[in-house]
Amino acid sequence: MPSLGADMEHGKLVEWLVKPGDYVRRGDLVAVVDTDKTIMDVESFQEGVVTDLLVDIGETVPVGTPLARITQTPAETAPPAHVAQVAKATAKAALSKAAAPIPTAREAVEPHPKEAASIAPPVRHLAHRLGVETVKIHGTGRDGAITRADVEQAVAAPSRNRVRSSPRARRLAAELGVELAAISGTGPQGAITEADVNRAEAPAPESPSPSTQATPKPASEEPAAGKSSDAGERVASLRRAIGALMSRSKKSIPHYYLSTTLDLRAAVDWMQSVNAERPVAARLVPSALLLKAAALAAREVPEMNGFYDDDGFRPSDSVHLGVAVALRQGGLVAPAIHDADTLPVETLMEKLRDLVSRARSGRLQRAEMADPTLTVTNLGDLGVESVYGVIYPPQVAMVGFGRVMEQPWAQNGMLGVRHAVIATLSADHRVSDGMRGARYLARIEELLQKPEEL
Amino acid sequence: MNEQEARMAAQTAIGKVAPDVDMADVDEDSRLRQDLELDSLDFLRLVETIDTDTGINIPERDYPAVATIKGLIAYLAAHG
Repeated sequence: MPSLGADMEHGKLVEWLVKPGDYVRRGDLVAVVDTDKTIMDVESFQEGVVTDLLVDIGETVPVGTPLARITQTPAETAPPAHVAQVAKATAKAALSKAAAPIPTAREAVEPHPKEAASIAPPVRHLAHRLGVETVKIHGTGRDGAITRADVEQAVAAPSRNRVRSSPRARRLAAELGVELAAISGTGPQGAITEADVNRAEAPAPESPSPSTQATPKPASEEPAAGKSSDAGERVASLRRAIGALMSRSKKSIPHYYLSTTLDLRAAVDWMQSVNAERPVAARLVPSALLLKAAALAAREVPEMNGFYDDDGFRPSDSVHLGVAVALRQGGLVAPAIHDADTLPVETLMEKLRDLVSRARSGRLQRAEMADPTLTVTNLGDLGVESVYGVIYPPQVAMVGFGRVMEQPWAQNGMLGVRHAVIATLSADHRVSDGMRGARYLARIEELLQKPEEL
Repeated sequence: MNEQEARMAAQTAIGKVAPDVDMADVDEDSRLRQDLELDSLDFLRLVETIDTDTGINIPERDYPAVATIKGLIAYLAAHG
């Protein structure tokens, strides 16, 4: 069980994306894990063949517990196997473990022509994600294996194979013998949820009793079904986790706070003119511009961007911008947009939308939770003028943006009305002080005056 | 589209973006942002959903007109 955040102590296995005999490469998604905060995909830290799944679905285990046994080649199964594990309960350990060099054994696929060749887990996962039924695909790879290209082609083909659904819904449908294509989904973008499958299955007269024992415990329901007591438990555990982390932050980090009002006239004017020419799906929101400016400025003021641990401050070379996302059922998570400073605003906007929607439907990935270097909270979007965040350890700063609003603005002895936003900075006094913090906020404002260059 | 169809379209779109909102409990005077707690990304997704489902493109300058459920229904009825 890897650590999926500085404050994580245990996790519950929700779903296996691989089975014994599957060949996995480093980085392939192998399991879905439920932490106190959210549900996340976990990738393999090793390459090899999965020989044993050591944790059952629904089991909660402490960080560091081995989840699966992965052997480099099947011949090695008997002697002490390599175990995909993360030994330490810290994100740091998880990261360094993930970065450890892994011996490769590409040939290991060969001895498993029957099961492993049909479809490799990453391809299966891709199919899952795209809503393609792998049984209907004709494999063109070696020994009839289904390749990535086959899956992509199946998606491109205008067939009814293209059904959006959650993996859980898909599996439930298979168990109940329900045709996914015949169900209308109520999930995000019409995706079929577990609840939809149950509804569709319900009227059928003779079939094994639906859902409950056929599926793993529904603790990780789609949000569509989020009104159960499980959702209540989730909110409670999320609150506890946030409470524990924030008390640690407030106890151990000497915060200082700055605030300034940013002139957004140029940024909002530019955004509105750009949006007027775009289809809805490509429109920008002010947050995208604010995030980009915050990321760029962080590159220039490195005291805001990095980690403070036992060895003191370690600035980060990359800007992985954490974005605090309010979950609709309560609580928040702050996954990262990687290398936010290098992304064009359009890309950043897409990533933001993707991240927020996955955060809310509970499909974040380990790396996104584990490595933000600086976090932005944009809670003001829903009403307040300014927000002073609490630094998320081991980070050293938190940027807050309030609501974008029109306000009176005096300049050159004239009074006008402009869009503006209050930006705040909570920063770690062990690393920086007000001068550097002020420099950081001032840089954000300067960058926002030339939105077309962001 | 008539008002009934517009109401259905609005409710369907809100249901997709905010499945936790129980439309039966919601007053049509409710404001989408403040009362239903849609943030700017949720709101954009709502506009996109309506565009996809009904073909009605709500330009940004008309956002103030669709700030409430009632306003959204009236807008869809007038433009659909």
